[in-house]
Order: sequence, then structure tokens, then C-alpha cells
Amino acid sequence: MASEHTAKAFDSDLQELTRLVAEMGGLVERMITESVDALIRRDVALGKRVVAADIEIDNLQRVIEERAVLTIARRQPMAIDLREIVSAMRVATDLERIGDLAKNMGKRVAALESDFQPLKLIRGLEHMTDLVLSQVKSVLDAYAAHDLPAAMNVWKGDEEVDAICTSLFRELLTYMMEDPRNISFCIHLMFCAKNIERIGDHATNIAETVFYMIEGQQITDKRPKGDMTNFATTVPGT
Amino acid sequence: MTELSVSTTAASHVPQVPLPEAPPKVTVRNLNFYYGEHHALKNINLTLGTNRVTAFIGPSGCGKSTLLRIFNRMYDLYPGQRAVGQLMLDQTNILDPKLDLNLLRARVGMVFQKPTPFPMTIYENIAFGIRLYEKISKSEMDDRVEKALRGGALWNEVKDKLNASGLSLSGGQQQRLCIARTVAVRPEVILFDEPCSALDPISTAKVEELIQELSEDYTIAIVTHNMQQAARVSDKTAFMYLGELIEFDDTNKIFTSPSDRRTQDYITGRFG
Repeated sequence: MASEHTAKAFDSDLQELTRLVAEMGGLVERMITESVDALIRRDVALGKRVVAADIEIDNLQRVIEERAVLTIARRQPMAIDLREIVSAMRVATDLERIGDLAKNMGKRVAALESDFQPLKLIRGLEHMTDLVLSQVKSVLDAYAAHDLPAAMNVWKGDEEVDAICTSLFRELLTYMMEDPRNISFCIHLMFCAKNIERIGDHATNIAETVFYMIEGQQITDKRPKGDMTNFATTVPGT
Repeated sequence: MTELSVSTTAASHVPQVPLPEAPPKVTVRNLNFYYGEHHALKNINLTLGTNRVTAFIGPSGCGKSTLLRIFNRMYDLYPGQRAVGQLMLDQTNILDPKLDLNLLRARVGMVFQKPTPFPMTIYENIAFGIRLYEKISKSEMDDRVEKALRGGALWNEVKDKLNASGLSLSGGQQQRLCIARTVAVRPEVILFDEPCSALDPISTAKVEELIQELSEDYTIAIVTHNMQQAARVSDKTAFMYLGELIEFDDTNKIFTSPSDRRTQDYITGRFG
């Protein structure tokens, strides 16, 4: 981290922005955990709490954006300062999207009426959530610590999540073909799996922001991709 | 550390589009400058690109104004000051002791921090300089004065009072009169030494707009304490510190991701 500014108030402006992003990150991590818990345990009340928590996330994003704009207007930041402020706005946008995806999973809890609960699917979902959650945690830590190698690990490490998502898709298709009564449940679960996978994508977005913040340049390389759900098919009778 | 190098090479960057190189107008090679015993400029190397605006920034005493004053040999007015090294204006050696300084200053004009109109009419402020170098008829002179005042973005404000005193104008108008006076003798390079530090924001904006327009016809160097001004008006920026040129690059690069830590500390307000 750079040394202090001659104008001390500028340092506190920047610190406050970083603190707000950290606070938002903590809340979002909790939303992810709770939304998946609610899903697995069919805890409708917990699902509703996740939905309610999203309001706070949206508020925080607004506050961060206002503060960032104010700091740009009042301090005319340059170089690393400018990149830090722009990055705070970008990370807040990604976190807000993650909040929306968790909220969407919270909403679906109420719709999962059937008792049908294949253990393999649930384990897959849990494993995927663990992976994505650790991605989100690592990238937020990397952002706070200006740790480029850690951010790059997150950026490259999205493949496994994608692979699990693809296999979950296949499995869900099979269940749906076995018994049409599973369809409603499976479709909701499918959206949830996709939401978790999207959360992983936002984590890699944040990793790209960390790269920009530290290096002053954008990443151009294509990220390794493992999501094959757009190709997943199952033919009846096979 | 190994990890870092592996990770950063794994991802390549979007290269910032660099400014196309302009043919050099002024070339500075291994330039050193001394105020008596004091070594004020240390081994400066850079070029001012033709029709480009080059800004010089740095803390007080870093040598940026000193460098500007070498470009038209202003320092010659003071005993005990000397420049060593190479300084070329196209094919002309600016440091050549036999060089006609009046001709040099006709080619390299200068605008100062405080507006310095002569205590004469607006018309004469412009015509005075032209008469030093050229003998032209009254009607030709009228044309040249109008052209210069238009060049200084002042014509519309003063065309009905060309016989009023230059000192009757506002500070911002006076500064534009000085720019018009500089433009009138058709220089190749214009040096601006803190041209807006005595002006209000609107006059500053007018002068900045003018600098941009002038860069179509002239090569421009500007010394400024106002970093935002350097960012707004210049194509290239040079950061100087303690008599050394620390970093010289495209303005876009200097103000978003400078290479040198000292440049970054200065432009982000972390110095001293």
C-alpha cells in the first residue's frame, strides 16, 4: 500500500471506501451461505431473511458509489488513488449482483415443495457452494490486501466450479426424465446451481479488478472456462 | 516472489495505445545547468515533439522553470549561470554563444506567470514586437494585429477598443494579450511558465482552450503547478525532481499508471 497523503483527510476517504466494500463483502458472504443452507434445509424463514438482507446490500452499493463520486469530485485523484476508487465502485457492483443471485435462491426455497431430495444432488450443490464461497472470500481478501498472486489464483481457479455445475445439470436432466413430478424441483435447483456458478464468475470479475487496481492495466487473456452446461444433453432411453 | 512472476505473466495486459511519436522540434541531450556552484539540472534528456504540448511538473525548485528558461536562453540575462550539453531547435544549436538571441526569441516565444502587457495601446502591444523583426505597411500591420488577436482568442473582446491601454484589460484578457503578442511574431515554439496561476477559473479555461488550439500550429512547453492542468492540456508530461528528469511519458500514462514511484507519490499528493 502506498504511503500517506499530505492531505490526511484523503487517506480517511479512501480507507472509508475500503471499509465499506469489506463490510459489503462480509454481508454478501453470509447471504451466500444462508441462501444455500435455506435451500438444503428447506428453511423458508431463513430464505426470507436472505431476501430481506439484500436491501442492505443495495444500500451499501449506493453509499459506496456516492462516496466514490464525491471523492473524485473533491480530490481529483490520480494514478493508484484513481484506480482504487474506480475499483471500489466495480467491486461494489459485482457484490451487489452476487447479493441479487443469493436473494434469488432465497426466494426459491418457498417453491421447493416436494420431499424429493436426492442426496447426491445436495452434496454436489454444497460442494459447489463451498468452492465458490472460498473463491469469494479469497478474492475479497486479495482486494483488501492488494495481493495480486492471490487474486490471480481466484481468476484461474474457476474451472472446477464450472465442471461441477455441468455434471449437476446432467444429473438434474436425468431426474426430470425419470419422473415428471421432479421437474419443478429440478428446475429450481438448476437455477440455483446456475446462480452459484454466476457468483463464481463475479468473483473472477473482482479478481480482474484487483489486477487493474494494482497493475494499472486491464487483463486481456481469456479465462480458462469449464462451464459446458450449454452443451449438456441427455437423450431419453440412453 | 516466484508465484508473483508466474501469475502476472499468465495474464497479458491491454496495452495503452501510445501517442504516435511526433518529429522532434527541440532535442535536449545530456543537459546540465549551473547557478554558479549550484548544479540545478542534471543530465536532462528529452525531446519536444512538433505540434505537441509537453507539460513539466514537479515540486518547487525541481528545475522545471530553469529548463524552460534555457529553451530561449533567458538565463543569459544573469551572470554566473551556464548550461552545458546539447540543446537543438531543429538544426540550430540553442547553446551556441554566437547565436543571435533576438532571432532565437522570435522563434521561441515565452508567456509568463503574471501578465506583462506593455504600457501602451492594445494595438501597439502586438505591433511593437512585429516591428522589431519586420518592416511592413500599415494595412499589413492591421491584418497581422487582427490575426494575432484572433490567435489569442481576444479579437472579439477588443476589436472596438484597439486604442485602449493594454493595462485596462482584465487579468485573463491581459494574459491572452501576451499570448497574442507572442503569436504575432510567428514563433515555432511557445513556452508557458505557469500561465494561469494568476487567473480565475474561467480565464484559466480560456487559456487552456487556447493552448490546445495553438498546438495545431506551434510546439508548446508548459510549466505548471496545477497537475489537473497538465493532465488537461498536455500530450506528454515530464516529471522533474531535484534537478533530475524522473519520468517522461504520455500524459495518459503518467496520470493513470506512472512507472516511477516518485512520480506516483507526487501526482497523488504523497510527497514530503
